[in-house]
Amino acid sequence: MSERPLTERIDAAGGFVDGGRYEEMGGYVAARQAVTSMTPQEVCGLVKDANLRGRGGAGFPTGVKWGFVPDVPGRKYLVCNADEMEPGTFKDRYLMENDPHLLVEGMIIAAYAIGADRAYVFLRGEYHESYRALTAAIGEAHANGCLGESVFGTTYALELAVHRSGGRYICGEETALLNALEGKRAQPRTKPPFPPASGAWGRPTIVNNVETLCNVPAIIRRGAEWYQSLGLGEDSGTKIYGVSGRVKRPGLWELPMGTPIREIIEQHAGGMCDGYRLRGLLPGGASTDFLVEEHLDLAMEYGAIQAAGSRMGTGTMILMDDHVCPVDMARNLQHFFAQESCGFCTPCREGLPWVEQLLLDIEEGRGTAEDLELLDHNAAFIGAPGNTFCLHATGAIEPLMSALKYFREDFEAHIREHGCPYRSGPGSAAEADDGAN
Amino acid sequence: MSEPAFIDVLSQAEIDAIEIEVAHLPDRPSAAIDALLIVQKHRGWVSDESLAAIARLLGMSAADLDSIATFYNLIYRKPVGRHVVMVCDSVSCYVMGGESLMMRIRRHLGIEPGETTEDGRYTLLPCVCLGACDRAPVIMVDDQLAGPLAESDVEDVLGAFE
Repeated sequence: MSERPLTERIDAAGGFVDGGRYEEMGGYVAARQAVTSMTPQEVCGLVKDANLRGRGGAGFPTGVKWGFVPDVPGRKYLVCNADEMEPGTFKDRYLMENDPHLLVEGMIIAAYAIGADRAYVFLRGEYHESYRALTAAIGEAHANGCLGESVFGTTYALELAVHRSGGRYICGEETALLNALEGKRAQPRTKPPFPPASGAWGRPTIVNNVETLCNVPAIIRRGAEWYQSLGLGEDSGTKIYGVSGRVKRPGLWELPMGTPIREIIEQHAGGMCDGYRLRGLLPGGASTDFLVEEHLDLAMEYGAIQAAGSRMGTGTMILMDDHVCPVDMARNLQHFFAQESCGFCTPCREGLPWVEQLLLDIEEGRGTAEDLELLDHNAAFIGAPGNTFCLHATGAIEPLMSALKYFREDFEAHIREHGCPYRSGPGSAAEADDGAN
Repeated sequence: MSEPAFIDVLSQAEIDAIEIEVAHLPDRPSAAIDALLIVQKHRGWVSDESLAAIARLLGMSAADLDSIATFYNLIYRKPVGRHVVMVCDSVSCYVMGGESLMMRIRRHLGIEPGETTEDGRYTLLPCVCLGACDRAPVIMVDDQLAGPLAESDVEDVLGAFE
């Protein structure tokens, strides 16, 4: 009954959608329609009316973002952020590996809408299969006149190339991504100016996520009203939701925007594995605040999740079960963020490793009540927006702050009992492993 | 173009592949990361000699290029084995037993993360989320994903890489 504009072709093809299948199933009709019979302003207007919001995590209205590109002569760029490095997130890989032409078509429409004649896919270096699928699709699109000097026989020209990343989480931040695209260290830039005014090589640039761009062809083909009607609540369209952790069927599902968390976990992911109980979840990747049992009936949409103190983020949730120590999971998360800090500003570069060390001390039974206070203080200081140059540290602290709030008793028990109640003794991960052999 | 003495460290195939990337970009230094990855694909890692040659080819200083090379996780400035074994240590794999999997791989290979086996066959590296969390815990050997990986699978999976 529900429609799935992002994944219906993959389901129909039973997996990979090649160029021929894509065209048979209505592929490139939307791009042809946009480029040959609509003005760029009409395309922008339609996407704005559809209320498509960015699927990379921030949820900014896509059509509004496109409208920020100034009407100036000269080169403009469209960049697809395919640097899917948010831990727990695996949705863009699925789209690129299985239906690469959908992304190519979405990029043609977006580039046309903003007047870009150059476009790049900024792709994770580890996504080898996506690279093969995308480069083949781009080649086919060129051969079929969908890209190149004359797109669909018009005077509109567009070149599309794939840039493979050298690998750093900070490349997901759009101005850091632009520095990386320019071949530099991926350090975030001062904002303003924002990329629509001055982005890649100082030119107007729009950066959009893979899933966001994949929504565009269906909006052009079927209209803003239809797209809005797909969502269950205040947000439009469908969303690729994902679940990882101790569930019976971890995976991805394209569902109406606003599907309740409980339905995603219990119905689609098959519920928790036998012998495991859900204690908490990160709703949209590692940099989102924990939610707990009381939040399970919330709709997975931007506003509802934000009102609960978290963010929908990428919409791919990571579940924490009752066998996982919340302190140690927080340590694992902070290890990631500390390692991936670009090192530019002090609270992030020095603060995150400090936080990781405090968590390790508490986990291994050396923590004191003062350490817990210090952790609270550091979390508040490092996480406060404005104390760091970009939002890396702010995102890093989201799961920590919420872990300190919801799993306080676990932190206190570690300090009281001088060790981790989830382990048989200090350093017992190694002992458990030895025991198994 | 530039002085051949520096350039001829690179093979014609490497130079050609780099020039294809340069053609997509407004200036030559913008191809720095692409060029480093291309040379690494041919040689396994980026030596000081390779680095200097790439810098010269792109019209930038070797120091600048090294600051870029050392920023990125996937660019190796030290030799690696014939196969690079990357073990995800991010949160979804952590929840699914990634740490004991890493321990098993360390024991099987007899090396610590960051080291290469004596026979030069494997280099072991921890890595960030591989974007395959429905298959956690996962590892990636060269460009191939394996997961969900039980500890008892380790020997067979790694053994397939000569």
